[in-house]
Amino acid sequence: MNKDEYQKLVKELSPKEPKLRNAFVAFLVGGLVGFIGEVIVNILMESFGLSRVDSYAWLAFILILFATFMTALGKFDNWVAKAKCGLIIPTTGFAHSVQSAAIDYKKDGLVTGIGANIFKLAGSVIIYGIISAFFLVLIKVMLYG
Amino acid sequence: MASLKFNNIYLNDWLTISGPLESNSKLKKIDLKMDDYYYGAKTFEQAEAKMQNVVIQKLLERNKLTYGDIDFLVGGDLLDQIGATNYASINIPISLLGIYSACATFPESLIIGSMILNDRSVKKIVGVTSSHNLSAERQFRYPIEYGAPRPHTSTFTATAGISTLLSRDIGKIKIESATIGKVTELGIKDANNLGAVMAPAAARTLYEHLTDLKRPLDYYDLILTGDLGCIGGTIFKEYAYKRYNLKIKKHLDAGCELYVKSQETYSGGSGPACLPLVLFNKILTTNKYKKILIIGTGALHNKTFVNQKCTIPAIAHAVSLEVE
Repeated sequence: MNKDEYQKLVKELSPKEPKLRNAFVAFLVGGLVGFIGEVIVNILMESFGLSRVDSYAWLAFILILFATFMTALGKFDNWVAKAKCGLIIPTTGFAHSVQSAAIDYKKDGLVTGIGANIFKLAGSVIIYGIISAFFLVLIKVMLYG
Repeated sequence: MASLKFNNIYLNDWLTISGPLESNSKLKKIDLKMDDYYYGAKTFEQAEAKMQNVVIQKLLERNKLTYGDIDFLVGGDLLDQIGATNYASINIPISLLGIYSACATFPESLIIGSMILNDRSVKKIVGVTSSHNLSAERQFRYPIEYGAPRPHTSTFTATAGISTLLSRDIGKIKIESATIGKVTELGIKDANNLGAVMAPAAARTLYEHLTDLKRPLDYYDLILTGDLGCIGGTIFKEYAYKRYNLKIKKHLDAGCELYVKSQETYSGGSGPACLPLVLFNKILTTNKYKKILIIGTGALHNKTFVNQKCTIPAIAHAVSLEVE
């Protein structure tokens, strides 16, 4: 039995991930986060007289605070296990990755632990986010001046 | 020749400590129990070292032995530079041989211990191994509180520590023979399917063991693989049949025999402590099996090599045990 045959055997005997179901759950949960966000934005605009732009800034702050707090309480990872990418893709996922790394490396020292590792997971999002933003702006400037 | 035969070497006693989840699993008997993952230490890594230290101390206490009675300590674990064993041994004045074969460390400790005992001037050996779910998560996967979705092929590192006492004094279990495995890889890169990584190594060691010692498969009442998991166990049997024409019937996998379904550990348990924990606290309590072949399976998972797109090699060591 060569490597290709073995990989075929492994594929045959390993259960398939329910991708469609996972995507559907992520769609619903992600949509729900978006819906709650929109409700919060409207409340901020109506009741606190904030502009739409300011309300979005406050909304990001509220969602990040909520995800960070729930990660610290040890709840958020259990929710992610059920909701899959529905909670990882929104800003809550970013907050969760930073906070979980911070908790994990606390005991390894302020510099060698937290400092060196807090962006272990989020680092990729930041670096590739910045690079993609740069190129998108470049394209926009070239097309529309 | 990959196999060795031993004369009159016995496994006289053993002691296990099991984690919070393992204490409420399919195990029939619990020796020592941890109520939480810290076990009174500051960090999970230090807790794992403490687990090993405690099982060594309590084993000696129970057998009324002092450090001076033990000639050598043989052990290892999953952490970088086998940290748990090294730190556990700081206050234990016994000569230490640190070993590493990932989750095949337990049979390796039995093999090396038995080899040393072939020297008649050596009287007693203590073997030790452990794994801790959260220290392993931190080292090999993600931060503990990070909720990465897991595929169904993934396994769950068992939290437990095990010590064994080996000597030539007649005891409960005879270490009859052993086969030292060869590093095997069949192109699997998926660190979430370690059962598939290790299954060919287990089948190869089993085949070499039977060929070397000229034994039929049904010589053994039970073939107990270490931590292939439920899915890996199926792959192992299928591969052994297709590659070596071995129709394995009397087989159990320790990883698959550990947790109950509601514990959501997907394919089952893993880690160096998984095999001895299930062997001592479940299989041997039934008194059902006389000749047992344990095959410890280790995925030689190195994060740097895997990040460099290398496949994951595996190793499996087999030890034949005879229950008196």
